[in-house]
Amino acid sequence: MTHVLNFPLVRTVGFDGLLVTFADTMTEASNRAALAFRSAIEKLELSGVLETSASLASAYIRFDPTRLPHTDVDDQVMQLLDQRDWYRAPLPDGRRLMQVPTVYGTDLAPQLDEAAAAAGLSAADAIERLSQTRVRVLTIGFAPGQPYLGPLGPEFNIPRLKELTPMVPEGALVLAISQFVLFSGPTPTGWRHMGQTAFRCFRPEMAQSFALNPGDEMQFVPVSRDELEGIRATCTDGSGGATCTEIPA
Amino acid sequence: MTLTVHRIGPACTIQDQGRTGYLDQGLSRSGAADGLALFEGAALLGQSPECAALEMAGMGGEFEATALTTIALTGAPMQASIDGSPVVWNASHQMEAGQRLTIGSVLQGSYGYLHVGGGIDTEVFLGSRAAHLTARIGKAVQVGDRLPATGAGCVGMKLRPDDRFSGGVLRVVASFQTSLFDDETLMRFTQTDFQRGPRANRMGMQLDSEGEGFAAKGQLNILSEVITPGDIQMTGSGHPFILLPECQTTGGYPRIATVLPCDMPRAAQTPPGARVRFEFVTLEQALALQAAYDANLSRLPGRIEPLVRDPHDIADLLSYQLISGMISATD
Repeated sequence: MTHVLNFPLVRTVGFDGLLVTFADTMTEASNRAALAFRSAIEKLELSGVLETSASLASAYIRFDPTRLPHTDVDDQVMQLLDQRDWYRAPLPDGRRLMQVPTVYGTDLAPQLDEAAAAAGLSAADAIERLSQTRVRVLTIGFAPGQPYLGPLGPEFNIPRLKELTPMVPEGALVLAISQFVLFSGPTPTGWRHMGQTAFRCFRPEMAQSFALNPGDEMQFVPVSRDELEGIRATCTDGSGGATCTEIPA
Repeated sequence: MTLTVHRIGPACTIQDQGRTGYLDQGLSRSGAADGLALFEGAALLGQSPECAALEMAGMGGEFEATALTTIALTGAPMQASIDGSPVVWNASHQMEAGQRLTIGSVLQGSYGYLHVGGGIDTEVFLGSRAAHLTARIGKAVQVGDRLPATGAGCVGMKLRPDDRFSGGVLRVVASFQTSLFDDETLMRFTQTDFQRGPRANRMGMQLDSEGEGFAAKGQLNILSEVITPGDIQMTGSGHPFILLPECQTTGGYPRIATVLPCDMPRAAQTPPGARVRFEFVTLEQALALQAAYDANLSRLPGRIEPLVRDPHDIADLLSYQLISGMISATD
């Protein structure tokens, strides 16, 4: 194994949480470990666990310490960590691929050129590489339903901007540090806005409010501005014209 | 039984205990900023603390009863009257059809609560009625809105509130990023008098202090990690924010410590300019403090007393302070 010796690391989160961290950077293996470990904790159905989640490289457990003491959670976590090499755990079952129509650049996504330049590419090259990459939902967080997607190639390991862009709209595809974020609502950001979709990550008015799960894959297929306007005019299910296919286990 | 809204402050929302279980989808819990106020309102009306109430940030409004309605007022005290007659805060009252309840500005603290008998019965979304404005769930209450309710609570009861409306000492525990701050910074953090800054909403509350900020080692290279309400997050300039019920679910700014859940009502109610200090406690001490708080919540229904008592029934009448708290009748 190539990961640093002191991982996985188990630490408390505030009064009622435990965090199991598999690496201090986002890697393919640490993200898979975090997703699989979180799912294994859920399957234990421990009485007193309130909720769990997975971030880029950690699994989080929140519990009621009056019903489930810290030492008991610790013991369970340690036992589970010993059961397997979590860095080699498979991805979750039931994953889907969403192919999402995307306008790259134009005034809809005005930071494409500078993102491409920061990656040392022409805009056309950047669009080709980005649109052919199938990225995975690494984690969902910050805002409801909002995915962090990656990894992108190392050329896209570009820093966040020093100055925030005051507001980018829902469905904005932004890029930094070899990851995309697909915004679930209008928000200020330090990531570069290089694509625009009509995909809604959070659909509170629908029976299924959240569009994505960690482990799902996405691909951002280039379309013209007119095509996106057409989708906006006709598509009412929040998918933004995306196609969705099951990924065989 | 419905209250019709005729006037309303800019930041009034329906809140309950919030929704649990959507952290993995990036949705924080929301719920009342002062959770204790929900329990107090429930005790006064003799109903469940799961009932939803109107949370009023800084300013209330004017509400008309469409039928006989029971209400309770808790949290940050505000000027309140029914048809022009002042009514007691931290108490339950009856409104006849057509009567108007007027709630003014906050006198102390930040968040006041208007409870209605049976609880405000708006639509449930993902297990809760709590608005979460940053997630675009629910809306701020507007003029013309109706606050429906179905039950009837007991009225004419009062409760001595836990004083939590002027800042003070907040107990904190170390969290997983506390060790990113060196001992000197942590020491200085606990010795600093902070003042609640002007920037505050249901996501978080800014604290100001004299002198340099509180920076962590390698602050800019930290992987985004889980956030929990009560976390004290350091911004790029090293100024702390206490994160509240609508906080984000993950973030890259380091958190120096976490306020105990039992001290969050005091934290959220700290008004602008009030002073706050932080005191680290061990996890064992935190468990004991939280257990005492939880025990107090379960005792609240037994602590309500009649609003009006016959002086003949009060054995220790002379021990009562009968003057303090009086205000001019002509104000």
